[in-house]
Amino acid sequence: MSAFRTSGPARFGQYLALVAYLVFLAFPFLWLISTAFKPAVELGSPHPTWIPRAPTLDNFRQAFDEQPLLRAAGNSLLAALAAALVAVLVATPMAYVLARHRSRLTAAATGWVVVSQAFPFVLLIIPLFLVLKNLHLVNSLAGLTAVYVVWSLPFALWMLTGYVRAVPVELEEAAAVDGAGRLRVLVSVTAPLLGPGIVATALFAFITAWNEFFFALVLLKTPEKQTLPVVLTHFLGAEGVADLGPLAAAAFLATLPSLVVFAVIQRRITGGMLAGAVKS
Amino acid sequence: MSATTADRRSARRRTPAGAPGAGRPRPSPGSGPFHSPWFLVLPALLPILLLSVGPILYGIALAFTDAQSGRTQATGWIGALNFRDLLHDTLFWDSFRIGLVWAVGVTVPQFLLALGLALLLDQKLRLRWLARALAIVPWAMPEVVVGIMWRLVYNPDAGILNETLRDLGLGEDRVWLGGLATALPAVLVVGVWAGMPQTTVALLAGLQNTPRELHEAAALDGAGAWQRFRTVTWPALRPVALAISALNLIWNFNSFALVYVLTGGGPGGRTRLPMLFAYEEAFRYGQFGYAAAMGCVMVAVISVLLALYLVGRLKGDEDR
Repeated sequence: MSAFRTSGPARFGQYLALVAYLVFLAFPFLWLISTAFKPAVELGSPHPTWIPRAPTLDNFRQAFDEQPLLRAAGNSLLAALAAALVAVLVATPMAYVLARHRSRLTAAATGWVVVSQAFPFVLLIIPLFLVLKNLHLVNSLAGLTAVYVVWSLPFALWMLTGYVRAVPVELEEAAAVDGAGRLRVLVSVTAPLLGPGIVATALFAFITAWNEFFFALVLLKTPEKQTLPVVLTHFLGAEGVADLGPLAAAAFLATLPSLVVFAVIQRRITGGMLAGAVKS
Repeated sequence: MSATTADRRSARRRTPAGAPGAGRPRPSPGSGPFHSPWFLVLPALLPILLLSVGPILYGIALAFTDAQSGRTQATGWIGALNFRDLLHDTLFWDSFRIGLVWAVGVTVPQFLLALGLALLLDQKLRLRWLARALAIVPWAMPEVVVGIMWRLVYNPDAGILNETLRDLGLGEDRVWLGGLATALPAVLVVGVWAGMPQTTVALLAGLQNTPRELHEAAALDGAGAWQRFRTVTWPALRPVALAISALNLIWNFNSFALVYVLTGGGPGGRTRLPMLFAYEEAFRYGQFGYAAAMGCVMVAVISVLLALYLVGRLKGDEDR
């Protein structure tokens, strides 16, 4: 891009636009942080300020008092970890087959991946709710985890298939010549090279489950079982009247894990997403 | 790790050196009990069939029944009765219309803003790293938190939006999310904000695949910025732009959490997206069959969108 000169005024315009974007992206998040650290007096003031005059951690303490945040975070962590682990375990062999074989199965699987991205979940959740209810898995994290596994599979398959394709097929062929079976080839040759890709996929599945709301809202009935996003909505109260400080504090805390993980894997996800949307 | 290195080394040794396309025709991985790829596919295929494909078919079947929660009589087939009722359900069509307005009203501005930001981030600008870092924030946040955050911004008394408008002398306090006229535009802004980073990153990746020499050649020929965009950038970006817009359109039509947290569908149903409507019908009023029929109608609409996208993509491939 530096091949051609950009004139001074044009450059100035570019920076102006960039700053405008930065403000638009940042201001709600900064306001959330500001609100989280404000004492109740300032929150009640008719003229709110950006910087809290007397910053406090009271909101955080109050948030933990009002709602079972720790337990909810524990539930979220459990469901998300289990979902990520199982999703990667079952998706890796399938992704391997999808990447290495062209057949009607791979065509069908690819088609399903596209369709599942577009599916309105309400048509899925009603029968799932009925089935899980009959299995006594409504209001259980096991039932929710199962749903999360299937829900994150399309994207996991997409990402992993791309990573498998990047492994030189010659390595596998050499092992096959030596008489290794398919499973052997996968476990001892391909899988070790997939390490970083598998980790990125697992982290993505983890974040997806950690952030998920709709399935959790429908499937988890009692506060002891509910995940963090569902418990966060309890702060909003029945009539939408909210205790702003604790609400902001809890929301801020709920975001931190996602932000950290996402910062780590952001580049890899973009690649996987594009490969899926454009190339397949 | 040592085993892997050994494998790799032995693999290299056994591949005839310097022979292009060595190893072809490919020897199929050896025989044995695990020869069939089905063995490897099964662990993923079973949950997909049991928890995704199966329930979807079941869901479509439910649309033709009078299934309700807490019903004492057995559920029965009622044919297309749900769909006939749906046809006359003005509330549903209201929500359907809102869903389309929302999908287009979020996707289009989101795309234009994201395109602008992507073009900026493709330049060598000083604050580029900050913009990239910030772009992660809305993307990584749980939708529930995005909704909560914007409720704090829109809050009539303690929100920053009204305070800023007061400071600028721009009118009295507005109840943004509670006002009949302002609710939908207010949630649209949040939708744009929440989805913009993802679109930006996708477009940016597309931009960076554009051959640089083409830009330079066009610049040498004296093409202006707009001409370069039209003749070089856009043709290369088109497939990505089309794909991400089609997906955004569909995702937005299906969205739930954001608006559920922001307004709950109110005021007076002004922001009641189809998913919110179907959710209430199914899990507040227990009308499983009727809600499933709504889901089917949504699927039909989305299929049309998906078909348009696929046709567009095929046409794009032919053009090249």
